[in-house]
Amino acid sequence: MSRFRFSHTPLDPAALRAELVDTHCGGFTAFEGWVRDHNEGQQVTHLEYEAFEALGVREGEQIVADACQRFGVTQALCVHRLGDLQLRESAVWVGVAAAHRDEAFKACRYIIDEVKHRVPIWKKEHYVSGDSGWVNCERCATHAQDHAGHDHGHSHG
Amino acid sequence: MTAPLYGLVLAGGHSKRMGQDKAALEYSGRSQLERAFGLLEKLVTRTFVSVRPDQAQDPLRARFPQIVDMPGDTEGPAAGIRAAQLAHPAAAWLVLACDLPYLDMATLQQLIARRDPARLATAFRSSHDGLPEPLCAIYEPAAADTLQEFLATGRNCPRKLLINSDTLLLDQPTHKALDNVNTPQELAAARADAGSGTGASRELRVQYFALLREQAGRRDETVATRAATPRELYAELAGRYRFTLTPEHLKVAVNAEFSDWSRPLNAGDSVVFIPPVAGG
Repeated sequence: MSRFRFSHTPLDPAALRAELVDTHCGGFTAFEGWVRDHNEGQQVTHLEYEAFEALGVREGEQIVADACQRFGVTQALCVHRLGDLQLRESAVWVGVAAAHRDEAFKACRYIIDEVKHRVPIWKKEHYVSGDSGWVNCERCATHAQDHAGHDHGHSHG
Repeated sequence: MTAPLYGLVLAGGHSKRMGQDKAALEYSGRSQLERAFGLLEKLVTRTFVSVRPDQAQDPLRARFPQIVDMPGDTEGPAAGIRAAQLAHPAAAWLVLACDLPYLDMATLQQLIARRDPARLATAFRSSHDGLPEPLCAIYEPAAADTLQEFLATGRNCPRKLLINSDTLLLDQPTHKALDNVNTPQELAAARADAGSGTGASRELRVQYFALLREQAGRRDETVATRAATPRELYAELAGRYRFTLTPEHLKVAVNAEFSDWSRPLNAGDSVVFIPPVAGG
């Protein structure tokens, strides 16, 4: 069973949970990330997710496999939505089943944290103002003028 | 009467961002300094290289007629221009940065042909922001006093001097003619363009995502390039599409695996530059 995948259609938490049911497990926990109506002071109307799927699946599989080994959990799965998402929709679902609750909670937290940082997924927010922006990309972008604008003035040959 | 035109190649920089002496960087086997000097000396009456006092004995610079900055003078290009104006006050100066690998004879000829000695200066308009390019420009003798006054007020940016003076502004003959090279990435791009890259041109696949996809205006393409590594390839593409993200912000994948920026690229490799991610 693949433990990480992308979905271009809405997630069905009940069906995903059913994939993990296991008689060896006494604890199950899930995390869902939802589309929220605000971010950093801006009113968000909807989101757009895009991924480099070939690399993303491989990286995601590795994260889930690492979590299973590290925390000794039996079953884990992460599914990330792609495409256009409206408010209230589920963007990501992580489920973990284990013998006991403690390792299930820890593994679930580990997976969502690592997925957010490592898997090549990009989120574009669309705002009430009509603006939009790629999260984490816009602020670190340099301005084109910095390149040629003042360089001549301060570098002596 | 039109003042005689002398040439000044600025080679007194600290090359901080490049991490090595920019004047010594080579394209097709010739240093930038030799190249700039060679272009200029064919077009003007006398040509000099501008250096800081501590650079005068440097072997690369010692071969050329020099004008040395006054010890303790202001930093940067203004110090070199002022030293030249003081050494030969009757001359007009064609001042040239040594780090302009795309500059050619035709561009300099155009600057000289369109020079207006009645103005304080003749310069090209930056193709990036429309402001004057101070380090490929002609300064008339009268500019010496203006520069003196400007420095006396604590300012030393020659670009601001030209903005605030009677400067004739010309359009560059080609978009990149005056692009300079300050970083190893820009150097790689310039070398690739100069055809002096180490390898032959071959085809690579490039896929774009998110912000890079929007700025490139495409999802993927086949690129014919001499870029030897992902770093060189990104420099080339960033120049073409004016990407706003720099390599520090990105990761790179080759054939769908995370890769090092200096990994050698082979024909047919598929390259993806990965902007900051934001899953969840």
